[in-house]
Amino acid sequence: MRLWITVLAASGLCYLFKLTGYLAPQGWLERPRVARIAAMLTVSLLSALVVVQTFGRGRGLVVDARVVALGAATVALLLRAPFIVVVLVAAVTAAAIRAAGWG
Amino acid sequence: MSPGRSGWARLSGLSDPARAAVWRQAISVGVATGAYGVSFGALAVAAGLSVAQACVLSLLMFTGGSQFALVGVVGAGGSSLAAVSTAGMLGLRNAFYGLQLSAMLRPRGARRMVAAAVTIDESTAVGTAQLTISPSRPELARLGFWLTAAAVFVLWNLSTLAGAVIGDRLGDPRRYGLDAAAAAAFLALVWPRLRTARPRVVALCAAAVALVLVPLSPPGVPVLAAAVVGVLGGWRPE
Repeated sequence: MRLWITVLAASGLCYLFKLTGYLAPQGWLERPRVARIAAMLTVSLLSALVVVQTFGRGRGLVVDARVVALGAATVALLLRAPFIVVVLVAAVTAAAIRAAGWG
Repeated sequence: MSPGRSGWARLSGLSDPARAAVWRQAISVGVATGAYGVSFGALAVAAGLSVAQACVLSLLMFTGGSQFALVGVVGAGGSSLAAVSTAGMLGLRNAFYGLQLSAMLRPRGARRMVAAAVTIDESTAVGTAQLTISPSRPELARLGFWLTAAAVFVLWNLSTLAGAVIGDRLGDPRRYGLDAAAAAAFLALVWPRLRTARPRVVALCAAAVALVLVPLSPPGVPVLAAAVVGVLGGWRPE
């Protein structure tokens, strides 16, 4: 039940933000500072999610197969691989390392 | 060319090379996005969501970054408040897309409600790109937005369902590297935004703040705290 409320509340909030752009009077969203902050918010949240998802386990930090997988994903991105390939490279790398008995 | 094919081409406007190019782009973007809907569905179920919850997110939230973020925070054991705020803040950029599109589409009433629902990175990118490619033909920009929105919506939702059902049967997500796939998904989402110095510095500072806070704060808080870095990073002009 708690999870359903989370899902619906977050979906509602995201829709409201989408609609804001259409309803907002031309003006405050066009302030350069607001636009800059929105762009940097996206960058900061995604970057934080990368490290939490790579090193976090509960309330601890661990180094395991995910770190190697993220390295492989970085190489894929440098080679301009599409999104799905980057994600698959990471999954396959981590799965292979764990199948070999580490991480 | 067979008569049937030319009839279809007339009907869809595909005999016009510019329109045909918009169709091709919309469909290829839809297919690419649909492909990673599978990873979203599987990751959502791995994080503890039901198949139905994963599908409702793709139907109603319909903005990839926020969906991955909500699932990431829930999977890490974060509170509902942290999950909703993180997803919401990541969806904030759609408001700026809406502002651009509002001028381009000029939708009214129910059409505006639908346009808002499908205002995402991909539909905005294809639509606004047409304004640069064919500035004298604004109808191509509208076509690009609506076609891309439709293609991504259909394929994203179908592939989420497929991914969630597959993920549900896999068992331990770590065995298949799905936890690492989630980290890679966030990296791939932020990567194209790191072309200049400012976002790179913001990304490094945000990552450092989150890393330091993981052992010190409840799950979900490290990511929320990184939002402060984003606000500070955007505050001053270049």
